[in-house]
Amino acid sequence: MRLFVVVIAAYLVVALALPLYAMLSKSMLDPDGLFIGLANYVAYFRTPALVYSIKNSLFVGVLTTLITVTIAFLLAYALTRSRMPAKPAFKTIAMIPILVPSLLPGIALIYLFGRQGLINGMLFGHDIYGPIGIIIAEVFFTLPHALIIITTALSIADARLYEAAISLRASRTRIFFTVTIPGVRYGLISAAFVVFTLAVTDFGAPKVIGGDFNVLATDIYKQVIGQQNFSMGAVVSVVLLIPAGLAFLVDRIVQKKQVALLSTRAVALVPSRHRRFDNLMLGYAIIVSVFIVGMISVCQYAALVKFYPYDLSLGFTNYQFDLMDGGGWDSYFNSIEMATYTAVFGTVLVFCGAYLVEKAQGLGVVRGAFQFLAMLPMAVPGLVLGLAYIFFFNSPTNPLNFLYHTMAILVISTITHFYTVSHLTATTALKQMDAQFESVAASLKQPFYRTFFRVTIPVCTPAILDISIYLFVNAMTTVSAVVFLYSPHTTLASVAVLNMDDAGDIAPAAAMGMMIFYTAAGVKILHYLLSRGIEAKTQAWRSAVPT
Amino acid sequence: MDRLSQRIRSGLIGSALALGLVGITNAGTELTVYTAVEAEDLKKYAARFNEDHPGIKINWVRDSTGIVTAKLLAEKENPRADVIWGLAATSLLLMKGEGMLMPYAPAGLEKLDGKFSDKSSPPSWTGMDAWVAAVCVNTVEADKHNLPTPASWKDLTNPVYQGHLAMPNPNSSGTGFLDVSSWLQIFGEDGGWAFMDQLHENIDHYTHSGSKPCKQAARGEVAIGISFAFRGAKSKAKGAPLEIIIPSEGIGWDMEATAIVKGTKNLDAAKTLVDWSVTEKANQMYNEGYAVIGIQRLAKPVKYFPDNIPEMMIDNDFEWAAQNRRRILAEWQSRYDSKSEPKS
Repeated sequence: MRLFVVVIAAYLVVALALPLYAMLSKSMLDPDGLFIGLANYVAYFRTPALVYSIKNSLFVGVLTTLITVTIAFLLAYALTRSRMPAKPAFKTIAMIPILVPSLLPGIALIYLFGRQGLINGMLFGHDIYGPIGIIIAEVFFTLPHALIIITTALSIADARLYEAAISLRASRTRIFFTVTIPGVRYGLISAAFVVFTLAVTDFGAPKVIGGDFNVLATDIYKQVIGQQNFSMGAVVSVVLLIPAGLAFLVDRIVQKKQVALLSTRAVALVPSRHRRFDNLMLGYAIIVSVFIVGMISVCQYAALVKFYPYDLSLGFTNYQFDLMDGGGWDSYFNSIEMATYTAVFGTVLVFCGAYLVEKAQGLGVVRGAFQFLAMLPMAVPGLVLGLAYIFFFNSPTNPLNFLYHTMAILVISTITHFYTVSHLTATTALKQMDAQFESVAASLKQPFYRTFFRVTIPVCTPAILDISIYLFVNAMTTVSAVVFLYSPHTTLASVAVLNMDDAGDIAPAAAMGMMIFYTAAGVKILHYLLSRGIEAKTQAWRSAVPT
Repeated sequence: MDRLSQRIRSGLIGSALALGLVGITNAGTELTVYTAVEAEDLKKYAARFNEDHPGIKINWVRDSTGIVTAKLLAEKENPRADVIWGLAATSLLLMKGEGMLMPYAPAGLEKLDGKFSDKSSPPSWTGMDAWVAAVCVNTVEADKHNLPTPASWKDLTNPVYQGHLAMPNPNSSGTGFLDVSSWLQIFGEDGGWAFMDQLHENIDHYTHSGSKPCKQAARGEVAIGISFAFRGAKSKAKGAPLEIIIPSEGIGWDMEATAIVKGTKNLDAAKTLVDWSVTEKANQMYNEGYAVIGIQRLAKPVKYFPDNIPEMMIDNDFEWAAQNRRRILAEWQSRYDSKSEPKS
C-alpha cells in the first residue's frame, strides 16, 4: 500500500512540480540559455505595454467577481429561499456555461453586439471589443461555478435562527443582513475567489472579444506564439501565478475558519410562500435564463447562417471543418478520444490517490506533500501549465521526451490541470466512510484491496461518476493548457474553435463550439440517467430503515 | 459515431499490420513536413507530389506562420520536422541564422527568378510564391459610411476612416510584420513611423492573425482590412462584397519558401521533395492560388487578383528585415500596443 502512495505522489511530482520548476528556471535564462537572474523581470516591468496588462487583468477580475457573485447570489437565493416553480429547470439552465469553451460566449457577443450585431444598438455606441465584452463573457463563463458554491452555502441554513429573529420582531431586511448574509459569508468569499481566479486566468474570452485590451493571459500567448520569446512567456506566467496563487491561499485560510453551521439539532429551513416575493424571484430567474439560453442560441444561429450578414439563408456549409484551419473533423474525434482517456485514467488515478492518502498508515511526510501537490493545480493557470510542459517534456535530456506531441501528454496535462476539484470530491466521499471498515477488515485478516473493491467503491460510486463526468466535460472544453501541447495528429475541437476564430472563420468556430456543447450535454444527460439507476442499486442503504 | 468506431477499427487493423510488418519491409518513406500553407490546399499539394513520387508519404504539420515558426524554434535542440514546405522566407532566415537549415541546391534551381532563393550558395531555402499585402474594402459598408475608396497607403491616414480600419498586430502576425517593415522601407525609417502614427489614429483594432482583417471586412465587421491579396481573392470568390486595393506606393511582400531541416533522418526523400517543389508543375500548382510564383514566366492571371501586382511589389530587403525584426517589433509595441487602458 505504501508503494502505491509513493507511486501516485511521484506522478504529481513529474506531472506538476518538475514542469513548474522548469518554467521558473526558464524565466531566468536569456534566449541563448544563459542564466541572467532577474534581468527578464526587470525588462518586463520596464515595458509599459506589458505592465498595463496587470492592471487590465485585475480590472477585469474584480469587476467580473462583483457582477458574477451578485447575479449568482440572487439566483441561488431564488432557488433556495423562494417557492417559485420550475426550480430544477432554472438550475439546469444555469449550468449550461460549464459545457462550452469560454471562447463561445465571446463569439455570441460578436454576433449580438459587433458592428453587424443583431442588437448592437443596445450598447449605445460603446465597443464590445475590449473590457465590456470580456467581462460579459467572463460573467457567463463563471456563473455556474459561483452558483454551485453559493447555493450550497444557502441551503444549509438553520430554521431556528430565523424563528428566533422573527419572534424578536426583526424586519425582513434586518434578518437578511444579520442572519442570511453572515451565514453564507464564507460561501460568498469562496465564490468570489473562484470567480476571480477563473476570470484572471481565462484565455478564451479575451482572445476572441478582447480586441486591443491586453490581459496577462493573452500576453503569454503573444509572447510565445507571436514573438517566440519563451523566456518572457515564462516571466508573464510567473506574474500570472501571483494573483491566482494569492486568491487560492486566502480561500484556503477562509475555509479553515469555516465551522459547521449545521449542528445535529438544526432544523432545515423550508421557505414559506410569499406571492409577491416568489413572483419577483421567478422573474429574475427567467431573465438570467434568457441571457444564458440566448447566448447559446445565437451561437447555433451563427453556425447555420451561410454568410452573415450578406446571405442569411441557413445550411450546413460552416460544418465543412476539413476546409478550415484547426484540423477539421479529426479534431472533434480527437477531443472525444482525449476526454474519454482523461475520464477513465483520471478517475482511477484521482480516486486511488485520495483513497491512499485517507487510509494509508504512516509515511506522514509523503502524504503531506501529496496533499499539497493535489491542491496546487487549482492555483496554476492552464496556460502556465501548458508552457511548463513544453519546457519540461521537450527538453532532449528528459527521458520522458517521447511523450511530447502525443495524445498521452494531452491526457496527462488535462488530468493534472483538473486534479484538485476531482481530488476534493473523492476525499469528501471517502471521509463519509467510517474507518471501522478498515479495522474490521484487518481483524478479519482481509487484504485492503478486498475492502476497497467490495465496500469502498460501491459506496463511493456516485462520487466516482461525478469525477469522471467532471473530467470528461472539462477535457472537451479546455483550451488553455492544451493550446501549447497539441500536435498535428492530436488537434482538438476546443483548440480548433480558437484557431478558426483566429483566422477570421468565426461561423465555423461557432459550429465547432456547438458540437462540443451537444457532446458535453449528451454525456451529462447520460450521466444523470446512469447515476439514478446506480443510486437505486448501491445507495439504498442510505435511506434504509434500521431494524 | 460511425466514424469514430471506423477510426478505432482502422487503428486496430493498422497497428496489427504494423506489428506484423515491422522489420520485413521499408518500402514507403514518410516525411514530416511543417507548413503554413492554407489548410484547404494541403491535400492538393500532397496529391500532386505523389503523382510523381508515390513512394513518399507526407505527414503535414500545419499551423499559422507564427505558430509554426515558434514550434520549429522550440524544437531546435531536437527537430521533429524533415522539411519545411510553405513558410515565410523571413521565418526561414531566422532559422538559417540559428543554423537549423541544411543548405541544398535543388535540381532546377536556375529556373527560379533570382529573388526566389536564399543569397548563400548553396541556398538554405528556395521560394515558391509571393504573398503580397493588399487592402480589402467592403463596398457595402464603405457606401453606408460614405467612405471614399482609398488608392494609396497615405489615403488611409485620412480622418474619414477613423475607426473603420483593422490591421494585424506585427507582434503576432507575419503579415503584420510584412506591412510594418515595408512601410519603413517605402517611407524611410522616420517617415514610416510618422505614417504609422497617423494610421494608428484610424485603426479600430489590431488582430492576431494576418487573414482576419480581410475576413472581418468580408463580414462587414470593419469596412477596411489591411491584409493580403490571396485572402481577399478567396473571400471575394465566396461572394463577399469586397474590392481588393493595391496601394500606389507599392506593397510589401514575403515568400512562401521551402527548406530542409538539418539533422533529418530522411535526407534522400527530403531532397526529392525539395527538388519537386521548384519544378514547373509545382509552380503551376502554386499559381492556382497565387499570382506571383517562383518561375514567373509560367504565371497566368488569377481570378479576383489585381493584375498589376508584380510591378507594385517593393524591392524587399529580407536580410535587413530579419536583422532588425526584434528592434522594429519592440518600437512598434512601445508606440501602439499600450493603446488600450481600462476604460473605467
